[in-house]
Amino acid sequence: MSITDNTDFADRGAGRSIDWKMPVAIAVLLGLMVVAPFVAYPIFVMKLLCFALFASAFNMLLGYTGLLSFGHATFFGGAAYATAHAAKVWGLEPLTAILFGTICAAAMGAAMGIVAIRRQGIYFAMTTLALSQMAYFLFLRAPFTHAEDGIQNVPRGRLLGMIDLGETMAMYGLVCAVFLVGMAVIWRIVHSPFGQVLKAIRENEARAISLGYRVDRYKLGAFVMSAALTGLAGSTKALVFQIATLNDVAWHMSGEVILMTLLGGVGTVLGPIVGAGVIVAIQNMFATTGFPVSVIMGAIFVICVMLFRKGIVGTLGQYLRQTRRDPGAKE
Amino acid sequence: MMTVFGIALPVLAGQLLIGLFNGAFYALLSLGLAIIFGLLRIINFAHGALYMLGAFVAFLLGEWLGLPFWLLLVVAPLVVAAFAAVIERGLLTHLQGLDPLYGLLLTFGVALIVEGLAQYQFGVAGQNFSAPAALSGASNLGFMIMPHYRAFVIVVSLIVCLATWALIERTKLGALLRAATENRPLVEAFGVNVPLLLTATYAFGAFLAAFAGVMAAPVFQVSPLMGSNIVIVVFAVVVIGGMGSIGGAIVSGFLLGLAEGLTKVIYPEASNIVVFVIMAIVLFFRPSGLFGKTV
Repeated sequence: MSITDNTDFADRGAGRSIDWKMPVAIAVLLGLMVVAPFVAYPIFVMKLLCFALFASAFNMLLGYTGLLSFGHATFFGGAAYATAHAAKVWGLEPLTAILFGTICAAAMGAAMGIVAIRRQGIYFAMTTLALSQMAYFLFLRAPFTHAEDGIQNVPRGRLLGMIDLGETMAMYGLVCAVFLVGMAVIWRIVHSPFGQVLKAIRENEARAISLGYRVDRYKLGAFVMSAALTGLAGSTKALVFQIATLNDVAWHMSGEVILMTLLGGVGTVLGPIVGAGVIVAIQNMFATTGFPVSVIMGAIFVICVMLFRKGIVGTLGQYLRQTRRDPGAKE
Repeated sequence: MMTVFGIALPVLAGQLLIGLFNGAFYALLSLGLAIIFGLLRIINFAHGALYMLGAFVAFLLGEWLGLPFWLLLVVAPLVVAAFAAVIERGLLTHLQGLDPLYGLLLTFGVALIVEGLAQYQFGVAGQNFSAPAALSGASNLGFMIMPHYRAFVIVVSLIVCLATWALIERTKLGALLRAATENRPLVEAFGVNVPLLLTATYAFGAFLAAFAGVMAAPVFQVSPLMGSNIVIVVFAVVVIGGMGSIGGAIVSGFLLGLAEGLTKVIYPEASNIVVFVIMAIVLFFRPSGLFGKTV
């Protein structure tokens, strides 16, 4: 039994029957995005969207390629540093700064990926963790990150020189746009021939090799794309919060994104978004109580692994399918 | 003054000693990880938390009951081993037959809980825990100053590592363990209680981690975060050594400690990352690790 046991559900929703489910889900999501900033704090919603994109990018690797990276914080936080530096020190236009952060994340992904894909499974996880710890120390020492202080007071700037992103709703619009573009790219990658090969590798790597696919190249490609999209999320977050710190490159962050994906449902499209929403909300709830959030996170990890391996969306999907197949099962 | 490669000998020897000292901890921890992985096929992310727990249990028992260091060195790891046995029986055993990544994620969660609670209870600041008087002080070896406690840790760690190696490679019990690693159903068919063997193995790995934690307590401060910092380095050590071999875990633990010490002399800025750099290089040229057999 592999960690990506939701394939059935994910593929069914996508491949054979693009039915009413997809448009409805998109419509609901768009509706929520329009309503959300008027119901909740816009900054909270923006944080949520950034993490949802982060988790979705991570899920592309874990859910569709079967690689568990324990080092994605490097791309998230690294891109945040790059964007913050570009916006503050070089005074780049925000969109260019985000693009710069994304490219930096892709480069870091290539560097880490080349080493890490040489081992599989559990070793891959340990290797990425060790390499991201190395990156953490490098960020700690590099002069431009300002060590413990981080890069503070990052200007949001004017989008394309025209729209002032200091306005919360303007920033919110940009975050929504970035999120939608990111999700569309992920969707496209996962449902392309390239994505099919990734799934083949996940299901049976030896067989994919014997079919003549250069598995290492595909894995590296997936790793770099996932890193770049993670960087996109991290760059955007740096502009939203106007700060880039060591927190974002520490291994806790890598753990958090794993938890979001696991809780929502590995290998499902909506799972990471739901998972990110739940985790960010929980963090917000406990931020003021003084009770350590990491205990809650740890407990959710244990519960997910022990009882709930398909995650929220995966379990829900299974339930829906069962009831459809056998209408009497509801009772 | 004598110099080697333009470095004063006392400085070099001192740093190498510190390297060996750190290596003693790496060796104990990676040994425990390798044993657990060998039988349970689980990467124990909670290893750092167990190490930290060992230090804290020793600290608390010392405060409350005033137990001497020598006793704590055995009692505290036993307490932690009992805790680990509960975790194995209650949680890990239910993950048999699933993807090993679940074991990693579960133990990661356990580590977060244990560390979070310790932080909640004791704060981030370290607690002081002093070494017994018999081991304080240092002697001058002529070319370097040798603190007694460091020498003690290196020697004890070496003895424990070798004893563990002998236990696994040279005794009947060890043969059973290795057999269960190779073919579990067959060993079970012979009437061996394999689930008990698994619990005992996990508890023993935890014992080693906590033992290292108690020995670390007098030197490094006893803090809730002491485990999470070292466990990632130990993961890298394990990747370098290759998980397959008990001997490999011990040797690479000490070697990487030495490499770290040496880096502190030559290029101090890189001493934090040298283990990771070595790991990247080893992976590039020998993906299965220095002592590993399979890719």
